[in-house]
Amino acid sequence: MFYREAGDFSTSYPEDSQTFPIRFDRYRYYLVLFVAIFVIPFTINDYWVNSIFLPFLIYAIAAIGLNILVGYCGQVSLGTGGFMAVGAYACYKLMTSFPEVSMLIHVLIAGLITAGVGVLFGLPSLRIKGFYLAVATLAAQFFLVWLFNRVPWFYNYSASGQISAPERTVFGIEVTGPNTEAWATYLFCLAFVIVSAVIARNLTRGAFGRKWMAIRDMDIAAEIIGVNPLMAKLSAFAVSSFFIGISGALFFAVYLGAVEVGEAFGITKSFTVLFMIIIGGLGSIFGSFAGAAFLVVLPVVLKLVGVDWLGWPTDIVAHLQLVIVGALIVIFLIAEPHGLAQLWRVAKEKLRLWPFPH
Amino acid sequence: MPTDLLYGAEVVLNGLMAGVLYALVALGFVLIYKASGIFNYAQGVMALFAALTLVGIMEGQVPFSHLINAAFGTDIHHFGWHVPAFAAILLTLAVMVGFAYLVQRFVFRHLVGQEPIILFMATIGLAYFLEGVGDLMWGSEIKKMAVGLPQGGSLWVEENTQWLGFGNEDFYGFFIDKLDMVATVIAVVLVLALVAFSQYTKQGRAMRAVADDHQAALSVGVSLNFIWILVWSLAGFVALVAGIMWGAKSGVQFSLSLIALKALPVLMLGGFTSIPGAIVGGLIIGVGEKLFEFSFGPMLGGATENWFAYVLALVFLVFRPQGLFGEKIIERV
Repeated sequence: MFYREAGDFSTSYPEDSQTFPIRFDRYRYYLVLFVAIFVIPFTINDYWVNSIFLPFLIYAIAAIGLNILVGYCGQVSLGTGGFMAVGAYACYKLMTSFPEVSMLIHVLIAGLITAGVGVLFGLPSLRIKGFYLAVATLAAQFFLVWLFNRVPWFYNYSASGQISAPERTVFGIEVTGPNTEAWATYLFCLAFVIVSAVIARNLTRGAFGRKWMAIRDMDIAAEIIGVNPLMAKLSAFAVSSFFIGISGALFFAVYLGAVEVGEAFGITKSFTVLFMIIIGGLGSIFGSFAGAAFLVVLPVVLKLVGVDWLGWPTDIVAHLQLVIVGALIVIFLIAEPHGLAQLWRVAKEKLRLWPFPH
Repeated sequence: MPTDLLYGAEVVLNGLMAGVLYALVALGFVLIYKASGIFNYAQGVMALFAALTLVGIMEGQVPFSHLINAAFGTDIHHFGWHVPAFAAILLTLAVMVGFAYLVQRFVFRHLVGQEPIILFMATIGLAYFLEGVGDLMWGSEIKKMAVGLPQGGSLWVEENTQWLGFGNEDFYGFFIDKLDMVATVIAVVLVLALVAFSQYTKQGRAMRAVADDHQAALSVGVSLNFIWILVWSLAGFVALVAGIMWGAKSGVQFSLSLIALKALPVLMLGGFTSIPGAIVGGLIIGVGEKLFEFSFGPMLGGATENWFAYVLALVFLVFRPQGLFGEKIIERV
């Protein structure tokens, strides 16, 4: 009744191959964009931005990046935290070296630098596969965190070993540092999210995405039918690391403001982002958003219920959160290996026939 | 003999001992991987959980007391008794067997036939779950593992190796932790026992049969369920031993679960399917990282132990993807 494709005729090729060929999907997408750009910025305050929106947007970029690598190309990576750290430290070095350049440029270049590092650590993927590779990416995680901890050049020889974001602007509006407005940081991150999602969606629909999926499904067979595994795997590592680097840069510069590398970009971060794409759905851009939203909102809700409402101590609620997240991962892998995205697909399928399913 | 060389020898000795402890954790991985093809990331958390349970039982703590207190406003902490170490170890073993049954019944039975990487991610979820449960059950403060293992450096070794310095004033003999020596002995006994078990008992043979070919084993009447529970229990037992050793060394706390991360490069080096591989890999990693830290650490800013093992394993894997003793990987389309 509400969701149907009847009467939706395409009369040209561009119309047929657009991102959302079904009219309802398209309008929903425009509506979400409209609300995100024109409604939310005028209604939010600092609390909402810092506890929900910024982490959601930034993790969504990271999840899209990791999903390209794990969900589309099938190369499991546990080095997300390390790559986010590369983005953050590249951004920091750029911000302090070129103060007058716009933040937009800094974040983009930080993403490119991370892409380079990602390709470097992606090289072993040509020889090793599966969880051997997963463990090998841990090498990136530990080595990079150690590097940023121990080489003073990266943190500009500051006494605390931390990096903290100086005040930088985009088009004259401050987006980093202590005196930012809630809407400015929100819109800044939102712009990156929208662009990343559009790029990722179109990459995965096109020739690149098909090559990645062929490699994921069976790499030897893909090689035989003419997919170059070197190009496919390394491009997946590059694109994935590019997004993860951007999210790392935003995480440090816009969201946290000051960062201690082992704490902010440790192995837990890698697992958090991996959990997001498992819960959200491997091999789905929508799933990346759903998973990020889920794992950002869950702790906030748990804290509201456990600490504020029931009055339990914080540490018990934190442990309970571990139990819930762990159980959810296992349940999702057993009951719905394609995650929230699959639930959404099933719901749409049901809606198409509703209210007359036969 | 020059002092530097002696210090180097001491570093190598200590590295060997550390390597034995790594190998102990890696063994648990190999057992489960061989029998069920599951790469069990939760092994480290199992060690933490076993150690927490052991301490909790010995102290007579009430399980979930924090949660109960928070939920019902009561104030209970201890039963008021102390269980002797030996009985507590047996009870903990029973808990680990129960855990093995639950894992098998509620998780992996539903994941039979899934891709290995899905199983791997499931064990990561399991690790989080178990960590949360352990903390809720026994509290998250650092505890002391007091099962009567010797502590501190061994004077006997120091006195009997002093002559190696040949009158050199700076050299006081090798410093070797007593606990490390005990751990080495226990690890050797454990490995021998495991090998004997899998070679000479009925269950051990069934275990090897399952490792070889699930379906063939099923067709000659081996119960897969039973074998998997058995294997997870064995891994739980190894985790308990590792938990006791590491717990006695550095206290029972969250960082104990990170030893799993130390064992991963050991496995990659030694091969996922080989028990001797785990031992040799552990020794190489233990010696390698201590020597590297000793000779290059000060130059690079220290704490190279965090990543050295991984980078070594990574470089190694590029040349030999199946590890030192692993079975050759053959792929067919």
